[in-house]
Amino acid sequence: MYSFYGTWPWYVSGFIIGAVMLLLIYFGKTFGMSSNLRTLCSAVGAGKNCDFFRFDWKSQRWNLVVVLGAMIGGFIATHYMSDGSGVNLNPDTVTELTAMGIDAPEGKLLPDAIVGYEALKSPKVITILLLGGILVGFGTRYGGGCTSGHAITGLSNLQLPSLIAVIGFFIGGLIMSWLLLPLIF
Amino acid sequence: MKFIKFLLVGIVFGIVLTKSEAVSWYRIYEMFHFQSFHMYGIIMTAVIVGVIGVQLIKRTGTKDITGQPISIPDKDKGWKNYIIGGTIFGLGWGLVGTCPGPIFILVGAGFIGIGIVFIGALLGTYLYGILKDKLPH
Repeated sequence: MYSFYGTWPWYVSGFIIGAVMLLLIYFGKTFGMSSNLRTLCSAVGAGKNCDFFRFDWKSQRWNLVVVLGAMIGGFIATHYMSDGSGVNLNPDTVTELTAMGIDAPEGKLLPDAIVGYEALKSPKVITILLLGGILVGFGTRYGGGCTSGHAITGLSNLQLPSLIAVIGFFIGGLIMSWLLLPLIF
Repeated sequence: MKFIKFLLVGIVFGIVLTKSEAVSWYRIYEMFHFQSFHMYGIIMTAVIVGVIGVQLIKRTGTKDITGQPISIPDKDKGWKNYIIGGTIFGLGWGLVGTCPGPIFILVGAGFIGIGIVFIGALLGTYLYGILKDKLPH
């Protein structure tokens, strides 16, 4: 049922993600992706007029290298390790999405309705993507982390603040997915 | 040379998040609608592996690669910024289906549209930097 070129099983994937986090701890670092956004802001000079970005961003270069690797990994996985058999959703999910005018995956990772060539000509779609990004960037920095920093690293270290943040992730996600998405699409 | 290990870890991370489809907008929608166990299974397994590993590190006093004692920093105390910031991030996650790691991974995979999400995420981070002192923490 599972194949190397299709969807990897959750238990294999979860195990490797946990191992990645532990490996970074062994390297003397902490696993967290959203902090790279702050580092990048500093690297392009945001520290000139804002204290929050005035720190030694070069000490975070190791994490930018992790991100560079992640980008290469994404390229390898989509171009050389996929046969188009993945993203088999619950049929109910597909029915709901179709009703909202969002195309079924049929092996694609992302809907054409959001990132397809035609969709990117639509000011509405561009606004959605930009706004979504702003919410992700603002929210992760305000909340002090994202899925990697809080849900994986923080919960693994039994941190109460991380549990609170993860509850927040789901409050926001459920409101968006159940109430707002049907209004937006 | 010292960066090679980080590059390799990043490549593995990018591949596994893509192949597990945690980078997929569809999987995030399915997760928030409780229509599949897949994403919950991934997070749960990663956390179980993480809890066991962190406990082993703490109890055995394992040193890191440079021979320094390992200390995993505790998160700052409080709850307001975690619940409010977390909820704002959740709204974005539910809308565009990408947490920060997958933004980078999908840009690397060649999704131009996610490049717009990336620009937005930088803007959002900058916005927080400017407004930080006016927000409840």
